[in-house]
Amino acid sequence: MATFIIRRLTWAVIVTLVITILVFLLFFKTPGIDPARQMAGRNPDPQTIAAIKHEFGLDRSLPVQYALMMKRMFISRDLISYQYHNKVIPQLVDAAPVTFSLVLGASILWIVGAIVIGVAAAVLRGTIFDPLLMVISLIGISIPVFWLGEVANLITQDRLHDSVFSWVPPLGYVPLTQDPWQWFLHLVIPWFVLSVLYIGFYARVLRANLIETEGEDYVRTARAKGISEERVMFRHTLRTSLITFVSLFGLDFGILVAGSTLLVEVVFNLHGIGYLTYNSLTRLDLPVIMATVIYGAIFIVFANAIVDILYARLDPRVRPT
Amino acid sequence: MAEFAYEPEPELSLGPGERAEAVAGQSPWRLAARRLWRNRVAMAGLVLFLLIVLVSFLAPVYANHIAHTDALQPNVNGTTVVNGKTVEVIQQGGGPLGLGENPIGPTWQTNYFIGADQNGRDVAARVLYGGRSSLLIGIGSALIACLIATIIGLIAGFFRGLTDSALSRLMDLIWAFPVYLLAITLSTVLLTTNGLQWGPIHLDASSLWIPTIIIGVIYVPYVMRPVRGQVLSVREKEFVDAAIAQGASNWRLVFSEILPNIITAVIVLLPLMIATTILTEAALSYLSIGVQPPNASWGTIIQDGQALLYTRPWVAIAPGIMIVLTVLSLNLLGDGVRDALDPRAKVRLRK
Repeated sequence: MATFIIRRLTWAVIVTLVITILVFLLFFKTPGIDPARQMAGRNPDPQTIAAIKHEFGLDRSLPVQYALMMKRMFISRDLISYQYHNKVIPQLVDAAPVTFSLVLGASILWIVGAIVIGVAAAVLRGTIFDPLLMVISLIGISIPVFWLGEVANLITQDRLHDSVFSWVPPLGYVPLTQDPWQWFLHLVIPWFVLSVLYIGFYARVLRANLIETEGEDYVRTARAKGISEERVMFRHTLRTSLITFVSLFGLDFGILVAGSTLLVEVVFNLHGIGYLTYNSLTRLDLPVIMATVIYGAIFIVFANAIVDILYARLDPRVRPT
Repeated sequence: MAEFAYEPEPELSLGPGERAEAVAGQSPWRLAARRLWRNRVAMAGLVLFLLIVLVSFLAPVYANHIAHTDALQPNVNGTTVVNGKTVEVIQQGGGPLGLGENPIGPTWQTNYFIGADQNGRDVAARVLYGGRSSLLIGIGSALIACLIATIIGLIAGFFRGLTDSALSRLMDLIWAFPVYLLAITLSTVLLTTNGLQWGPIHLDASSLWIPTIIIGVIYVPYVMRPVRGQVLSVREKEFVDAAIAQGASNWRLVFSEILPNIITAVIVLLPLMIATTILTEAALSYLSIGVQPPNASWGTIIQDGQALLYTRPWVAIAPGIMIVLTVLSLNLLGDGVRDALDPRAKVRLRK
């Protein structure tokens, strides 16, 4: 187990390193892209560009530039954004809680929702409710999340804002430490919108797993012992089926926290990691891009490690002896 | 579990409710086609998808002969006839507080059926034109992803060893980058440099090929993994050994022996891949880094509609409904194709 973890972590570090180099080269070596020109604004004169190049170290050789950027990111922690001329690390620190709050709430919703729908569909197999629940889940998977967000905004901010949804505050984010109740109110609708896709997907996976587990010998044995149907479902079938569920959840959680929430963040004007990444990418703000990419890679690695440990905890068959 | 007295072939498996005598002697493809044909939900998905394709490709017919409107050129100062009265397409001062410009809302008639966008273009016709781009990019990029993934998967699985490790690590590397971030990075770079110049091939920044290629490339690892797994297992089969003993060339082994046996894995994934690529295209276009003007796609129309969301919500709602219907139909079809080709398969996970 220890060697496995060390190997996985080494590989993850290599991946992160290679990705930063690739992103760096992509933005510096692609002909036609010049960060200095980007910073100088419209119709700059050559002196301004040269001055900017010197100021940001863009006139040095590429390996030196790369090393400088990494040093300022990790050691002196004073990496400066090309676009806004402010420090990058504090921007990340400000954005991370927003994305965390969004993903945390949504993941609670999607775990509960998916287990309820998945178990209901498996229990009701043979009735009309099973295919009905599965088609509803499939519709959930088929909805573009940003469009769902806009429709939710249309309903809660405008059409029904005077009646049912008068409690929905304007778009934006309020920190948990500042006002927990407002934090909750601002995030309820984004949580629902983000979780719909995952509820649909996880419910389908869980149902398939439950039905597969139903055929196992130990479930038959449990029934033969005279255990109640509820106990068979919750103590035996569901517990085994949740193993896949947990490993999928870890990976999705990591990818979302790493910034894949950007569509929801853009629609609901939540200035989280995804929003920051998207803004920096479209403005070619390389220091911020590099910082968010490394941040994201670290979270994906972290999520993978947790998944492996949980997997071993949940499934005695892969527990190291 | 039901016990089958007769197994036609060890490889062939029976679908639920299928009797062994009925499938004996049938070719696997014919069997799969019959299973798919009998799956009413999957056929409904197929019909819905074909209907959407047909309607989208008839966009010029709708615009020119039914609606008599232009979906592509701005029509800010134009007029149209509603209930026998001539009205302006963009009403000045029609916005909130009597200020600003307000495009015409749904007329529920052939012209401007669901209203106009900010440039006075007929949204209904535009949604059909947008569907053409979305479907072309979705299908094109899914085909690109499947083609490249099959080639890489065949090479990696057939040669194994160092080749396999190198290719698999490369795929892992792409995989470690969240899909949307990778797509945004590539799109931004290509759009900033005004398109792609590669030898004699030049692609303009507004070319539909750019999003098609980007989306195709980022999904290669998703298809490559299952293909590689299949190749690795098929390569161990006796008939491959037999072909090697007969002195078959590598070329012949890959294309005549292995490829026909792994192609079902790709076919099963294709409808689900198209569903995924259509959603990705919509997301990129919504972020204005997918389809570029003057072309429209469902994603760009939703983006146009965002500014009009509270006054003219149909501009954003209509293309979204089209996306949901298209993706849903493909998912239904994909489930059916999987059940038809591989009736005992478990639900395949996204990764």
